[in-house]
Amino acid sequence: MRDVAVIGVGLTKFGELWDKSFRQLISEAGSKAILDSGISGKDIDAMYIGSMSSGRFIGQEHIGALVADASGFSHLHIPATRVEGACASGGLAVREGYLSIASGINDVVVIGGIEKMNDVAGTSATETLATAADQEWEAFFGQTFPGIYATIATRHMHEYGTTKEDLAKVAVKNHANGALNPYAQYQKEIKIEKALNATMVAYPLGLFDCSPVTDGAASVVLCAAEKAKQFCKKPVKIIGSGQASDTLALHARRDICTLDATVSAGKMAYNQAKIKPTDIDFAEVHDCFTIAEICAIEDLGFVKKGEGGKAIDNKISTIDGKIPINTSGGLKSKGHPVGATGVAQIVEVTQQLRGIADKRQVKGAKIGLAHNVGGSGATCVVHIMEAM
Amino acid sequence: MKSNVARFWREIPQRYSIIGNKCGSCERVFFPPRESCPFCRRKSMGKMDDFKLSGKGEVVSYTIIHVAPEDFEEQVPYPVAIIELDEGPRLTAQIVDCDINDVKIGMKVESTFRRIQEDGYIGAIYYGYKFKPLEENK
Repeated sequence: MRDVAVIGVGLTKFGELWDKSFRQLISEAGSKAILDSGISGKDIDAMYIGSMSSGRFIGQEHIGALVADASGFSHLHIPATRVEGACASGGLAVREGYLSIASGINDVVVIGGIEKMNDVAGTSATETLATAADQEWEAFFGQTFPGIYATIATRHMHEYGTTKEDLAKVAVKNHANGALNPYAQYQKEIKIEKALNATMVAYPLGLFDCSPVTDGAASVVLCAAEKAKQFCKKPVKIIGSGQASDTLALHARRDICTLDATVSAGKMAYNQAKIKPTDIDFAEVHDCFTIAEICAIEDLGFVKKGEGGKAIDNKISTIDGKIPINTSGGLKSKGHPVGATGVAQIVEVTQQLRGIADKRQVKGAKIGLAHNVGGSGATCVVHIMEAM
Repeated sequence: MKSNVARFWREIPQRYSIIGNKCGSCERVFFPPRESCPFCRRKSMGKMDDFKLSGKGEVVSYTIIHVAPEDFEEQVPYPVAIIELDEGPRLTAQIVDCDINDVKIGMKVESTFRRIQEDGYIGAIYYGYKFKPLEENK
């Protein structure tokens, strides 16, 4: 198996982008990544596009070819494939590209991730997100997507004494990080009172425990590591890639508070990279809800099970902490255009490892991790990256 | 998104009567019923027999929904819980017939047959299980 490197990254601004279309967003992110990488169109062997639900969000399927076309590559007839795994679609697209290069089939692959969520009404967006859950056995009975994560939170509070304040602190931390990210949807800090007093969405989760509805796109260019320096001065190597699945419905899992898919994908990536969780310098984790970040840092082995709620007080997950978590602002503050999220995480990790994360820069960052979840934990993708 | 009504009548035995199935090889009980047992897999083929669950169980965790999909909007706030049935399987359902503040982890509950949602004013009405506090506890 060959080593694979990230040689270029691109991101659009995240937010409610009323004046930008699906095509404009993905072309913008893709062009930025390609220009950053030093490749040109004829070098591209394949494209993988992550999108959760373009069919419901903009009424358009078949977006693999659409994205290649919109990017100006139709005459090159590049193989272009859409990859879907709910909110993990972006991470899965990265992994498919990674596998295609590692296998020796491709040398240079462009990955895109996109979701244009604001072209439908808010309630439609929420219902589309709920299709990541089990439609027949969860949503049918009135359960919602925030409700599912709220059910995890209630149990976590019951078993480990996690508090609503612990949840709110995750939002406060990620907003503080997002305030330093010019691409974030919300570039402002919030006070804990604001999070605690917000409108209830699904007890115990209030509005500030939830990631927003976002338009945005992200792109990365992957290349066989042996050829990376032909194109790019600062490639970043992918040293571990893991993926796992679990039951679609939360109620059928072994444990309500553990995402076994995260544990499993994490182990796969750690084993490949031959490192331990304590070797990770910083991570982007899937904080679609505040409780999700708490579970993620436990399940990835950064803290013991049950101690995730205290990671901010204990200066572990803060930007100046032992393992800074979500320096980009995370899904909470940077925004969560679902299909783009997993790719955008790779963009942030790459920028940190290149030392160009500006005010968000983690000092001495050598090894970073990206963790992308689909649904309430039925799919998980983990990538570990190292500066070359 | 409206579906053909077959999507719903197909699930009537499960949603009206909580009928799951049991693996003839390891005796584990499943709800909803599975085509094969995840533990015995090929050994369970053709040995998955219908099994009616008692509908009694305990709340493992819950939430109170305040922002609901359109079909459930008029019910907010309403509790939704994960319930572990006495026979082992877990499911997701609404908790009814009690104050929402009384819903607790560990609470004993039993199933009750209710209207779940409907396709507008002239469409099909979908029924199924909800759970209420166990009578003997009241």
